[in-house]
Amino acid sequence: MAHPVEHNDEGLYGLMAEYADADGLVQGIKKIRQAGYKEVDAFTPQPEHAVNDALGAKTIIPWIVLAGGVAGLLIGFGLQYWSSAIAYPLNVGGRPLNSWISFLPVTFEMTVLLAGLSAVFGTLALAGLPMPYHPVFNVPKFTEKNSRDGFFLLVKAEDPHFDYEQTQFLMSQSGAEGVYDVPK
Amino acid sequence: MLSSPQHEATQPKTAGQVPVLAPGHNMRSITDKISDIVLKPKGGIGWVIGFAITFALTMQLLFSIGWLLLRGIGVWGNNQPASWAFDIINFVWWIGIGHAGTLISAILLLLRQQWRTSINRMAEAITLFAVANAGLYPLLHTGRPWLDYWLFPYPNTMGLWPQFRSPLVWDVFAISTYLTISLLFWYMGLLPDLATLRDRATGKIKRMAYGIFSLGWRNSARHWKTYEQAYFLLAALSTPLVISVHTIVSFDFAVSVIPGWHTTVFPPYFVAGALYAGFAMVLMVAIPVRKIFNIEDFITMRHIRNMSIIMLVSGLVVAYGYLTEGFAAWYSANPFEIDTVLLLRFVTGPYRVLAWLLIACNVVIPQLLWSSRVRSNTVLIWLISGVISVGMWLERFVIIVMSLTNDFLPSSWAMYAPTVTDIAMYTGTIGFFLFLLLLFIRFVPMISAFEMRELLHKVSHSGDHHSSSNDSQHGGEVVPVPGD
Repeated sequence: MAHPVEHNDEGLYGLMAEYADADGLVQGIKKIRQAGYKEVDAFTPQPEHAVNDALGAKTIIPWIVLAGGVAGLLIGFGLQYWSSAIAYPLNVGGRPLNSWISFLPVTFEMTVLLAGLSAVFGTLALAGLPMPYHPVFNVPKFTEKNSRDGFFLLVKAEDPHFDYEQTQFLMSQSGAEGVYDVPK
Repeated sequence: MLSSPQHEATQPKTAGQVPVLAPGHNMRSITDKISDIVLKPKGGIGWVIGFAITFALTMQLLFSIGWLLLRGIGVWGNNQPASWAFDIINFVWWIGIGHAGTLISAILLLLRQQWRTSINRMAEAITLFAVANAGLYPLLHTGRPWLDYWLFPYPNTMGLWPQFRSPLVWDVFAISTYLTISLLFWYMGLLPDLATLRDRATGKIKRMAYGIFSLGWRNSARHWKTYEQAYFLLAALSTPLVISVHTIVSFDFAVSVIPGWHTTVFPPYFVAGALYAGFAMVLMVAIPVRKIFNIEDFITMRHIRNMSIIMLVSGLVVAYGYLTEGFAAWYSANPFEIDTVLLLRFVTGPYRVLAWLLIACNVVIPQLLWSSRVRSNTVLIWLISGVISVGMWLERFVIIVMSLTNDFLPSSWAMYAPTVTDIAMYTGTIGFFLFLLLLFIRFVPMISAFEMRELLHKVSHSGDHHSSSNDSQHGGEVVPVPGD
């Protein structure tokens, strides 16, 4: 972690701080966000609600799933109505062509199918995955610990407040166990 | 910080209650132990022998399918009047086995049952492989499986559309949705663990393979936020789905007019039977696996006991279903129903031995699970689970074959017997199921490591808010100690 005296922010994706545990990370996030940083992300080995809250993380996934479910419902019922009543009307024992009660199982399955597909693919799309390469993987400590027991905080260089020395100082003052460069 | 109900859930309530996670683990030890099963496999010879046997059975399955495609479905034993037999028995049997996976992963997640965590991945895998086997049967039973795309609604030059008023078409949608959603749910749960394997793998090929399948997951808190909600929503969607699937499967029978099938008790009774068979299969897999891979810390006796209790309860519901079925037949005062469901089935019919065997397997023997001594004996539980699996298979035989072979006209009565191809295919699907299971255990973490870390974190924070869960020095204090 010996940095060159005159540091060039070109080629730097950001700075990463490592914390001992989730509580430390939450404190770190609070400090960094109080200082006005916006382009901040945190990395935890498992979902940590306190970290998400401190980060102010929001998600629109429930709305995506709802939209998928409604689309499935409309497509499922519409398909059956159109094919049974309009495209291929078939009189079965005098039953009405739009025998909607019989259409419920398929409508339900289509609702679940499209809602489920939008849950999974919506999550991937919102997370920008698949993305096999990302600058954070350039930090050796991160790849070693991130998916086991490491708690990391990232401040991106594109943040308007980002200043290499100042940000680094702030991070090390926030209870971090180590601060690392994240090369692009 | 946790709310008190969850706190209580992880604490031993009575003496003898075992925790959901053995004491002395920290985040690193959990992760390493789970991923080492995949990354540093031990005792390869047993796995190789198992692989060889199940591979041979898989080949047997493929051979019997090839023979079927070559000669047509006349190679199966089913013929009028038993137009449905082994194919549908095994279809329903396999679908039922799949249901415990969804129950464990989805319903227990919604109910915040923390003990589900170490068994959900394996149960979901069982679901997937069971449904894959189940799907084979109706697809092959169409007789010309290369035209199976006709089952789906698509604009075609014949100007035809599927008959959406038929339960058989509902089945197509239910099973394909179930398979898709189960696969997605399983893969979504795997994603963070594949990332762990990617980070921990040493070989280049392994790193690349896990890297590709982990899609570049990097445990970002912003991603977790979306991920958790999506996972929860998937669970909420899977819960009614799993119930709808077996309900629709039961409609295949209940909507018809065959005596013994035409009854409204079928949907709930089939769903309960599915859970019963499914838990039996999960126990049959989990009991040897926890021993062989030395993961009794994670799949504790608490899990085995809880699953035994659920199995006992669903078994009682199934037994109640049998009673209701008999009562409804008697109360209908319909001679055909009474003959099929009561007289021919149990007293005078040619297959009555199987019906009594079914009662023994599904109703009598599982009552042993009332005893807590039995529930602490994994060998006995394993044997009882095996008996239940046989019993559930017999149940489908009794419902399907016995109703078809003895219908309205005695002149059309005939016996049914499976052929060699039938039996080869059935044993082949069991081999294929175990084959997939062996591959799963070898290449994918069979316990969800990230959810175990989360569980550890919850358990450790339930007592002391300030205790640090990831610090290895504090590793010993993080989990409640067993009561006895």
